[in-house]
Amino acid sequence: MRWGVVTFPGSNDDHDTQYLLDHVLGQDVVALWHKDRELQGADCVILPGGFSYGDYLRCGAVARFSPIMEPIIEHARAGGFVWGICNGFQILCESGLLPGALLRNRDLRFICRPQRLRVEETGTPFSNQCRSGEILTLPIKHGDGFYIADPVTLEQIESNRQVVLRYVDASGRVTADGNPNGSINNIAGITNARRNVFGLMPHPEHAGEKGLGGEDGLKLFRSVMTAHAEGALGSAGAPTAVASGL
Amino acid sequence: MRARVFITPKQGVLDPQGKAVEHSLHSLGFKDVHDVRIGKYVELVLEATDRQGAEQQTDEMCRKLLANGVIEDYRFELTE
Repeated sequence: MRWGVVTFPGSNDDHDTQYLLDHVLGQDVVALWHKDRELQGADCVILPGGFSYGDYLRCGAVARFSPIMEPIIEHARAGGFVWGICNGFQILCESGLLPGALLRNRDLRFICRPQRLRVEETGTPFSNQCRSGEILTLPIKHGDGFYIADPVTLEQIESNRQVVLRYVDASGRVTADGNPNGSINNIAGITNARRNVFGLMPHPEHAGEKGLGGEDGLKLFRSVMTAHAEGALGSAGAPTAVASGL
Repeated sequence: MRARVFITPKQGVLDPQGKAVEHSLHSLGFKDVHDVRIGKYVELVLEATDRQGAEQQTDEMCRKLLANGVIEDYRFELTE
């Protein structure tokens, strides 16, 4: 399969993501520029972490209108995989490909540390290599990671089982103590209703080698590789596909 | 025509910045201050000469980019 990693002005995890895919996982990766108008055959497009357009106005608000977002939105509508990490998650929420929004962290501080997460849903192309309830440790590094959605949307996300990862405490429980940024229901990562678009605040691309903070992140990348190999385009067989979801 | 756009956090959306500033005001002795909310102010000049066109344009700009309807409300004023 082929991966595409987008660079916006101000992206800073783009090269780390490419490195992980290329050198650690031996994948075919193409670098995509924000002004590009096509995806060069990428099966999964990653919007990486960073500070696109200096986080001006709102995080992700300006990047959402980059030329590359047109083919990305088309790709998502056709059932292709789109994955936003950190700033990429913010861009996907701004673009409407994912529900909700991300606000300034509850305690107004930039947080940079390893974070424990619980896998809530394994029936997605991004988490099929995890066990349900499995605890992953991934780094978080963000100032605006407070996930919020209106009550109706939140109810839909929860009942459709779109929450893939939640922040948990040292004992693996969903508690206020385990919530680093104030996110509603401790939400750390969600998919769209069709399950082909995924966004999360933690950084799996920075947890891909034993000497560098563990390898838990690889499970998410390998999940996409597995889903692709099985021919799941995200649309086929999604048990909870909702036509209005995208 | 000049537009002045005010963007504020929606009612019910937690505003951590507003809370921090409120605490700071309390510690300065302004004890009776409450409900501090922090938003954004955007000023822009439009080529449009008719009021209705300018209103439509500004509203569209707010909906598309200047405000995020999930978390923010907006209002604007137009002056010649």
